[in-house]
Amino acid sequence: MTLLLSLRGLVKRYGALVVTDAVDLDIAAGEIHAVIGPNGAGKTSLINQISGETRSDSGRVLLNGEDVTDWPVHARARAGLGRSFQITSIIPEFTVLENVLLPVQAVRGHNFRFWRAATATAELVDAADRFLSLVGLLGVRERSAGVLSYGQQRQLELAMALALAPKVLLLDEPMAGLGPRETHQMVELLHGLRRDYAMLLVEHDMQAVFKLADRLSVLVYGKVVFCGSAAEVRDSSIVREAYLGDEEIPA
Amino acid sequence: MNTLAETPSASATPRRTPRQLAAIGVIALFSLFLMAIPVYSMNSGDAYVLTIASRILAYALAAIGLNIVLGYGGMVSMGHAMYIGLGAYTVVLMHAVGVDSGWLQLLAMGLAVGVIAIVVGWISLRTQGIAFIMITLAFAQLFFFVFVSLKAYGGDEGMTLQQASDFGALTGNRTALYCALLACVGAALYGTYRMAGSRFGLVLRATRINERRVKAVGIPTLPYRLAAYVISAWVCALAGFFLANLTGFVSPAYLAWSVSGELIVMVVLGGVGTVVGPLVGALALLLFEEALKGWTEYWMMILGPLIVLMVLVFRRGLWGLLSAPHSDSDNAAEETP
Repeated sequence: MTLLLSLRGLVKRYGALVVTDAVDLDIAAGEIHAVIGPNGAGKTSLINQISGETRSDSGRVLLNGEDVTDWPVHARARAGLGRSFQITSIIPEFTVLENVLLPVQAVRGHNFRFWRAATATAELVDAADRFLSLVGLLGVRERSAGVLSYGQQRQLELAMALALAPKVLLLDEPMAGLGPRETHQMVELLHGLRRDYAMLLVEHDMQAVFKLADRLSVLVYGKVVFCGSAAEVRDSSIVREAYLGDEEIPA
Repeated sequence: MNTLAETPSASATPRRTPRQLAAIGVIALFSLFLMAIPVYSMNSGDAYVLTIASRILAYALAAIGLNIVLGYGGMVSMGHAMYIGLGAYTVVLMHAVGVDSGWLQLLAMGLAVGVIAIVVGWISLRTQGIAFIMITLAFAQLFFFVFVSLKAYGGDEGMTLQQASDFGALTGNRTALYCALLACVGAALYGTYRMAGSRFGLVLRATRINERRVKAVGIPTLPYRLAAYVISAWVCALAGFFLANLTGFVSPAYLAWSVSGELIVMVVLGGVGTVVGPLVGALALLLFEEALKGWTEYWMMILGPLIVLMVLVFRRGLWGLLSAPHSDSDNAAEETP
């Protein structure tokens, strides 16, 4: 098994507060690794450290065997780290198509092309359309992203991450704020993508997590207190105590 | 920002909204009006009109340049007058070293301003928001005092050009200068329009709205912001080059911080981030100024509140009235919880 993403002893401190405490984590090709944990456990901090927005105090981030710890955000993204944001982060003033054109352009090198309309460049538009149809947004490609429904914006968010042709997807609560039907669609969508991408999934929806994840890490106060398969996590007493409490765990 | 009137699009439908038709009509009227001015001036012998119109066009050109960073890049530069000044002083300094050819002067200006803009931009763009405003202002003030201290070139009083830029038979011809300015303004407007919809424009505009997102899709933002800054500096320098030849005079007043401020007012008044906005803003501001000056010596007391009122009433600028009914973000606010 090839490891696409490896974290080794990742640490982040804000003063005395340790938000990421020596986290080790491995994601192999084709694997969905979920990170769960209570609010404030440091899940988003961890994603920001992996994507490069936050500098780690110590530890390494290895992407496909390459040490990217000191790389800036855009370089890591180009090297194969696609991410979606917890709080929808699209360009609302742009059309849906223009939003997806951004990562499509990024994959094709520099953007010092000043004359030709990006939306009139067939090669770019065709590529963008592939990802739009993948997430089911082809029909609204000419609409402003800002007027889409919330669920559609989450799908656009995912399309933008996919259009980067990443090796690893960092998904920060892709189901957050979605209704039951939309959540179901998103789960199906991610399920359909699992062969092509390794995924790090941060999610509160336990049903979705247990449906998708091959392995889970339980994060509490920045520390991985348990790591194992979905079945192991379900049976673990540490996890019950630390995080799940007396909550009924969906089968 | 992405209305059909503003950016070229693959899906440019043949059906146009009434608002777009109105916009096209107004642009056509504007063009006709601006083209009629030299004809009128030649027939009536009224050189004053031509001078005023040339001056307005030169400032419009500078405002169009500023709009590239301010409107499309979201970078509020309070120092763009410095490039007007550099463009204007090029004529004097090149004459001093014995180069009077206008083309060579433009070439030298392009090189010098390019280098200066890359350095100033590279330093300034490490900051954002207020810090960016202050640092661009600081650089402009620095150059202001450099030219004030150049006693050989008139110091703070400036100096009259001994020789206008040499463009062969057209040298010093006011009508030719006006036509060249008009052509440059037209080219700058069309260039802005193409740029806005291009790959570069998409990245630049996205950076203004959500820089974090642009980086997350694998695009480094600094090179594109810097490129926009340098291009806008060139356009402003070209405006300065025209101004020096138009007035036959250069002085550090071209680099005054108040000029940078006026450029911002023109862009905001006309419509930030719209193609035609800066031209409309420059026309409106300078025409009002001319009219009020002729009426009362306390014109500033009227113009100031008038600008405040117009900016408050027309939030998206005068051109914004025609270019789009609502901004997309307004729609977004209405339709998403």
